[in-house]
Amino acid sequence: MAFDEKTEGFNVVGTRPDRPDGIDKVTGRASYGADASKAGMLHGAILRSPHAHAVIKSINLDKALALKGVKGVVTRADFAEGLTGENWNVLENVMAGEKALYDGHAVAAVAATSQLIARDALKLIEVDYEPIPHVTDVDKAMQPDAPVIREGQASKAVPAGMHPNVVDYHESGHGDVEAGFAEADLVMERTFTTEATHQGYIEPHACLATLGGDGRGELWCCTQGHWNVQKICAALVGIEQSALRVTASEIGGGFGGKTAVFIEPVALALSRKTNRPVKIAMPRADVFKATGPTASTSMDVKIGLKKDGTMTAAWGEFRSQGGAFPGSPFSFTAMCAFAPYALENVKQIGYDVMTNRPKQAAYRAPGSPMAAFAVESLLDEMCNQMGLDPLEVRLKNASKQGTKASFGPTWDRIGLVECLEAAKEHSHYAAPVPEGAGRGISCGFWFNHGGETSVTLAMSEDGTAQLMLGTPDIGGSRASMAMMAAEELGIPYEHVRATVADTATLGYNEVSHGSRVTYASGLATIEAARDTVKKLCARAAAKWGIDEDAVVWRDGCAVPSGPNAGDFDPLPIGQICRKMGATGGPIVGHYEATPEGAGVSFAVHIVDATVDRETGATSVDRYTVIQDAGKAIHPDYVEGQYQGGAAQGIGWALNEEYIYGEDGRLQNAGFLDYRIPVASDLPMIDTVIVEVPNPGHPYGVRGVGETSICPPLAAIANAVSNAAGVRMKDLPMRPSRILDALDG
Amino acid sequence: MRYHTPDSFEDASAIAAAASGTTRFLAGGTDVLVQLRSDLVEPDDLIDVKHIPGVKDIAQTADGGWRIGAAVSGAEMMAHAGLRAAWPGVVEATDLIGSTQIQTRCTMVGNLCNGSPAADSVPALVAAGATATIVGPNGTREAAVEDIPTGPGRLSLAKGEVVSALNLPAGHGGDAYLRFIPRTEMDIAVVGCGVSLARDGDVITSARVSLGAVAPTVLLVADAATALIGSRLEEAPLAQLAAAASAACNPIDDKRGTIKFRTHVAGVLAQRAAKIAYDRAGA
Ligand SMILES: Cc1cc2nc3c(=O)[nH]c(=O)nc-3n(C[C@H](O)[C@H](O)[C@H](O)COP(=O)(O)OP(=O)(O)OC[C@H]3O[C@@H](n4cnc5c(N)ncnc54)[C@H](O)[C@@H]3O)c2cc1C
Repeated sequence: MAFDEKTEGFNVVGTRPDRPDGIDKVTGRASYGADASKAGMLHGAILRSPHAHAVIKSINLDKALALKGVKGVVTRADFAEGLTGENWNVLENVMAGEKALYDGHAVAAVAATSQLIARDALKLIEVDYEPIPHVTDVDKAMQPDAPVIREGQASKAVPAGMHPNVVDYHESGHGDVEAGFAEADLVMERTFTTEATHQGYIEPHACLATLGGDGRGELWCCTQGHWNVQKICAALVGIEQSALRVTASEIGGGFGGKTAVFIEPVALALSRKTNRPVKIAMPRADVFKATGPTASTSMDVKIGLKKDGTMTAAWGEFRSQGGAFPGSPFSFTAMCAFAPYALENVKQIGYDVMTNRPKQAAYRAPGSPMAAFAVESLLDEMCNQMGLDPLEVRLKNASKQGTKASFGPTWDRIGLVECLEAAKEHSHYAAPVPEGAGRGISCGFWFNHGGETSVTLAMSEDGTAQLMLGTPDIGGSRASMAMMAAEELGIPYEHVRATVADTATLGYNEVSHGSRVTYASGLATIEAARDTVKKLCARAAAKWGIDEDAVVWRDGCAVPSGPNAGDFDPLPIGQICRKMGATGGPIVGHYEATPEGAGVSFAVHIVDATVDRETGATSVDRYTVIQDAGKAIHPDYVEGQYQGGAAQGIGWALNEEYIYGEDGRLQNAGFLDYRIPVASDLPMIDTVIVEVPNPGHPYGVRGVGETSICPPLAAIANAVSNAAGVRMKDLPMRPSRILDALDG
Repeated sequence: MRYHTPDSFEDASAIAAAASGTTRFLAGGTDVLVQLRSDLVEPDDLIDVKHIPGVKDIAQTADGGWRIGAAVSGAEMMAHAGLRAAWPGVVEATDLIGSTQIQTRCTMVGNLCNGSPAADSVPALVAAGATATIVGPNGTREAAVEDIPTGPGRLSLAKGEVVSALNLPAGHGGDAYLRFIPRTEMDIAVVGCGVSLARDGDVITSARVSLGAVAPTVLLVADAATALIGSRLEEAPLAQLAAAASAACNPIDDKRGTIKFRTHVAGVLAQRAAKIAYDRAGA
């Protein structure tokens, strides 16, 4: 699907209409995960391990089952056997087998007639644990004496002689790094660390499941991708995929964390066991303990720089833990690290490491923010030392069309240079750094993704349109899709109703992840609308008795393509649709494909921060996001993504972290001590939308949801380091850490 | 769980005295109900004090002091111009508790009797020289606020004793409370410091300094007060104040702050709060 080469003259695209889900959300009419109920419904609750690592010697359910109101209990024995690969990993994560692998790992679950009874019943389950040594730190987990999480998990790529906790390895690059460093005037190497952070969505996971003895089921859940839920749940409870119909609820935030399943297979197993509908809503503490935060990392990076600002070589080693399972985004960390720069000599290595922590889940540009933190911090320190302007150095080395990327491909049309130039011209960068403050900038990169997509557009008799999408709306996408459909059909935005259809109603759709929705579902929407338009034109052609090719679509009407086609009045969409039953039947357009032209996206962030030198408190005073959107369909939601990424980045940089005690237990499983920023912590976040069209989308759209969280960690760390006069190399930059750094 | 709504403190006390299991009084409920919901404490008897006449009153006494009922919320204190003018530090400390929603419920008595060493209003009350009126099986008594907490979650109140009101002396100078939190709101004090002082001209004639979250209970730091009295808040006494405040600290190392951090920041906040109180006392 190629770019239409049309960048102007849109009627709907680029405007800012109200979102269709807005009124439902502010009036409480929207149905989220926990809002569904059914007659005869039971409430489920999950028992979780209090140990970081323990052998489960026995589980005694007798007392729990004897409690009045308890209708059933499930353990690992109630799930499918013989699973392999990721299905086994997911099952092992949603219900422990022989060992509890982290504090919060599910061990058993109860269904009862009330939530209180279910909770009381958990206290009656007797689990005999034998605690064994644990490890939660990525570097320690790689040491020879580290406890082994699970033998035999390493992929073939892992070099010989590494600890069994090292389960995967990545290496990429080109040129000769040593030769490159030899050409440099300054070579610097530094070590950086980042802590695990949680996506922090406001809505905890919740679902309502029905599964009968006949192997047919229904599942309502809060997810970023219900076909994925269908596929995994069917495997985990041992039923056919199509036998399970999954409906995605309204979603109160996901940020990648709702691309996995946690409670859904458990609710299905409980329902099958009790023959009743079962609802599970996760308490917040469980969300922190048992759903995926992102990886924590430890990283070494080395860069060579000439006096004129040319980067001669770059090297990095990125160690990433993703909990007690393979799958941390270690390779993305490595691949994104130097992606903004045109480098002749570059090499990046990544390690995937297992620890006694929850199974990590995707979090907005998985792996990339950490890499940017390391690389962009080092670059800032080097620019300071050499007296170079950090923006000019980035411009000088910026990747552009035709550059061979650090991880292999050759860039198509990309917008990094345009973003850097917009930053340079912005009043924020032009303004002098305020007295006592520090300024930081950073680039960021994310791949973006296409993925399997299916869309149906059905016309109603009154000429309005129903758009069925399969990608849960996590960022205002129903509005954007309705706008693209309205643009193509030539009807008002309000005449398109966009709905997220369930798994029984539409073809397969990949999860809403990889910033793919506005790109892929958008492209499919445009194509489905064009398919619809063709059918509308055919009805007009039949009515007029002319060739289908002699009819074109203009402003919501069929019109003859030219004077030779015949002299007919424009036929409006409403008139065609009113007669559709009698002129050939329902008019429905659709499109199914796996689009592969998702254009990558770059961003540049500028931050001013001040540090209270007596208390170590940081204040982010001014923040500007500049990012390439390709084409902003609904600019409000593009800006919202930019601001949201920056806000989450501020939390990650300053105060958010998973804190583990010596005992390997999570100490801050709640929003009191897991400190996401509150409104008063944030400055107004200014945004600049750069539009360098993506050649792989008809309107030029690039995904924007993830790139926005790539630069903040580094941009803030650079601002804080420059304000404090000491280099901050470990996140989060909590006040005590800043005071310690100031103390030397 | 049994829920009680007595209409006098004597009845409240009698119910508590007769109760055998876990007992909690219910003021705003912003600690009690949260602890219940998060499965930490499920009381057998929950005694709601909000139905007792007068618990919502803020009254000035004959000697110019203030009597604040046990169910007066933070928002009600903020809305009371007289109390705010007399004890801005106490009112501001209470105003720091939680959010707008929490403010409509939370009380100083609940803050005190929850027994957290990090409670925000308590250092301000201690610095102000506040007392609590306590109704018990043996009648009514008064106790200094600093004598009520004995450790995290532990109080000197006997079985069956309930706080009916808090008493502040007549405003005589200036007071201030500052806390350190990693964010700008909705957080728990890593260090809190209350200062109350009076001036004669530029010279400080009396002072009380109190610290929160740096020891098992809120502290009244006599050495810190001594550093201030007789001074004009010059550099040397300010340095002595910080040193005395830091020296009084006996904190824990935990997820919210290290011993080193808390000890240092206690001194910083003491200086900053003293400057505000000094300006207020001179105004
Ligand atoms: C979101 C949130 C934010 C918060 N932020 C802060 C904050 O910033 N700073 C802070 O200090 N606290 C904070 N808190 C804790 C809480 O709001 C305060 O401690 C509040 O002052 C408690 O008052 P209450 O009236 O709600 O107490 P309740 O919950 O009703 O009672 C608390 C305790 O006091 C006892 N009690 C109540 N009344 C009496 C009485 N008359 N006699 C004897 N004992 C009694 C109860 O038995 C109970 O143990 C926060 C809580 C929440 C939920």
